[in-house]
Amino acid sequence: MYQFDSFVQLLDTNGSIIDDPRYESTLDNAALLGFYRDMVLVRQLDQQATALQRQGELGLWAPLLGQEAAQIGSARAMQSQDYAFTTYREHGVAWCRGVDPVEMLRFWRGTMHQSWDANLHRLYGYQVIIGAHALHATGYAMGALLARRASTDESGRDEAVMAYFGDGAMSEGDVNEAFVFATAYHAPVVFFCQNNQWAISEPTKRQSLVPLAQRADGFGLPGIRVDGNDVIAVHAVTTEALNRARSGHGPTLIEAVTYRMGAHTTSDDPTKYRDSADDELWRGRDPINRLRIYLRAQGVLNEDLESELAREAESLAERMRQGCRELPDPDPLSLFDHVYAGPDARIDEQRHEVEAILSEERVN
Amino acid sequence: MIELNIVQAVNQGLRRAMESDSKVLLMGEDIGKLGGVFRATEGLQKDFGEDRVIDSPLAESGIVGTAIGLALYGYRPVIEIQFDGFVYPAFDQIVVQLARMRYRSAGALYLPITIRMPFGGGIGSVEHHGESPEAYFASTPGLRVVACADSTDAYWMIQQAVASDDPVIFLEPKRRYYQKGEVDTSADLSTVPPMYKARVMVEGTDCTIISYGPTLTTALQAARIAAEDGVRLEVIDLRSLSPLDMPTLIESVKKTGRAVVVHEASSSGGVGGEIGQSLMQSCFYNLKAPVLRVTGYDTPYPPSRIEDDYLPDADRILDAVEKSMSY
Repeated sequence: MYQFDSFVQLLDTNGSIIDDPRYESTLDNAALLGFYRDMVLVRQLDQQATALQRQGELGLWAPLLGQEAAQIGSARAMQSQDYAFTTYREHGVAWCRGVDPVEMLRFWRGTMHQSWDANLHRLYGYQVIIGAHALHATGYAMGALLARRASTDESGRDEAVMAYFGDGAMSEGDVNEAFVFATAYHAPVVFFCQNNQWAISEPTKRQSLVPLAQRADGFGLPGIRVDGNDVIAVHAVTTEALNRARSGHGPTLIEAVTYRMGAHTTSDDPTKYRDSADDELWRGRDPINRLRIYLRAQGVLNEDLESELAREAESLAERMRQGCRELPDPDPLSLFDHVYAGPDARIDEQRHEVEAILSEERVN
Repeated sequence: MIELNIVQAVNQGLRRAMESDSKVLLMGEDIGKLGGVFRATEGLQKDFGEDRVIDSPLAESGIVGTAIGLALYGYRPVIEIQFDGFVYPAFDQIVVQLARMRYRSAGALYLPITIRMPFGGGIGSVEHHGESPEAYFASTPGLRVVACADSTDAYWMIQQAVASDDPVIFLEPKRRYYQKGEVDTSADLSTVPPMYKARVMVEGTDCTIISYGPTLTTALQAARIAAEDGVRLEVIDLRSLSPLDMPTLIESVKKTGRAVVVHEASSSGGVGGEIGQSLMQSCFYNLKAPVLRVTGYDTPYPPSRIEDDYLPDADRILDAVEKSMSY
């Protein structure tokens, strides 16, 4: 059912490098060690958040377990001037864009609709409506082109935009319309589809009979299939696609073949619809393990570094546990903030109503 | 009599609808093998097969649009929109295509489609999982909009919705899904009260509380508290938001002279305003006070940590009653 061929792979499941003349990796061992650290910490972040949800500290959490390489490899290919639009599962991308893990939890704890400052991180907030942001990413990329912030060949200035979504989103009208607009205007956008094989309970074959990357052909943009659990390959194909976008050569669709090793969200129970043999198969394709084997073989990673990283991960978890519980609840009156740019008579009246209720509660 | 919670009652009602009409089929995201994220369709694919309980691609507009095609072919689709906040990509298919087919074809074509939708907040979840979009649909000619509030209604009204030859938006109160109730399943569908009929849940003389869906429970709670102070509230479960059962509302308000409408959706352009206007027109001289509303505020649905401040509660209803009584 899964296709493990006809995709770009530069590091196999045994941790051996595969030579591919199309992709000359520019990554040195220090960079790869950095990716390893990212993936280990992001996995810890994910597991800690899942635990916090179980303890009642979060309303919900969408685990990224298994998708670390797809997210870290692609987000680390971005430059600081680039901008990303993600779904609700891209905690690894948020991590790479410098968002504090405690900040990420605001959305899931229900204290804010948008967890972080989008402008500061050049990262849109978590998007729950499947595929809607693919159009926003495309429009943003069109803006970069109109503003002469792309296709100028000025290094470090040209911008590209990443649009993250999943296999399920490939069925939404918005995503298909985004492909149309992106190609019509040569928008500097990279559509990064993490095919994690499951849209809640539905396998990818319910969305498409052909590999998702192949869909790109009909829209007139390049479609690339990559082993999404191979951080080196993901980084290589994304770097190439972002460079294409920045230099005015238009959009690309990347299908990163990966697997949602956990549940859709903490409300979901995957044992209802999928086989544990699949989980086993994908555990053998774990994105972190293969890089670990490679780095150990290279002598770059050793026991000391691993212990240090484990300590770092534990302190991250501790900081999340504490930070989560300390996240302030919003002021009830903030209900009425930011509905409009300026004052609004109805909103003001209702704010006064709630003020009265709150002061009455204080008296009682 | 059997004890069922609301989601089980929907499930049993769907089962019975499928048994009694082979043209009934279900379609939606995750409704088959998983049985729906709330398990409303649990076991139905196993018993009726993949041809009648269809896991759809992840595309809301696609679900409604293809249901229209299936209905044109003679099927009677019951589709699920997984959460209220996910319905908007299907807006054109619902309010432009589905709602108008009978009218634009001068009666030649009709679309007996039911759109099931868990609605309302209060479940502590993230953005787009707690919305009350009913006013958009209630203001759309050609659609029927109903909301169940307990197990008995969930069981019978879903069957009535499926049997309806008009398209029905069927709203299920998701935060009350696990509220249990005794359901008499032995009756015949043709003998139960029509879904367009409002029902008086508690009789009273002082003020009429009109509500539907998840806030009906809140209204009943307010009535119990008021009774302790000797104030007798009459509580009406609206059930149908479009059309409104005005005769039932008028009869009650003629008796009490006062009315408070309660719903979670924002007040502006909402069902409460429509009810208030209709009451003013029909029983102006019987009203002792203006019709008041207790609703969600005119803001987007808030983050869950302050949703309790947004949602109507018994205190707010009682404040409105007091205000009404003081006129």
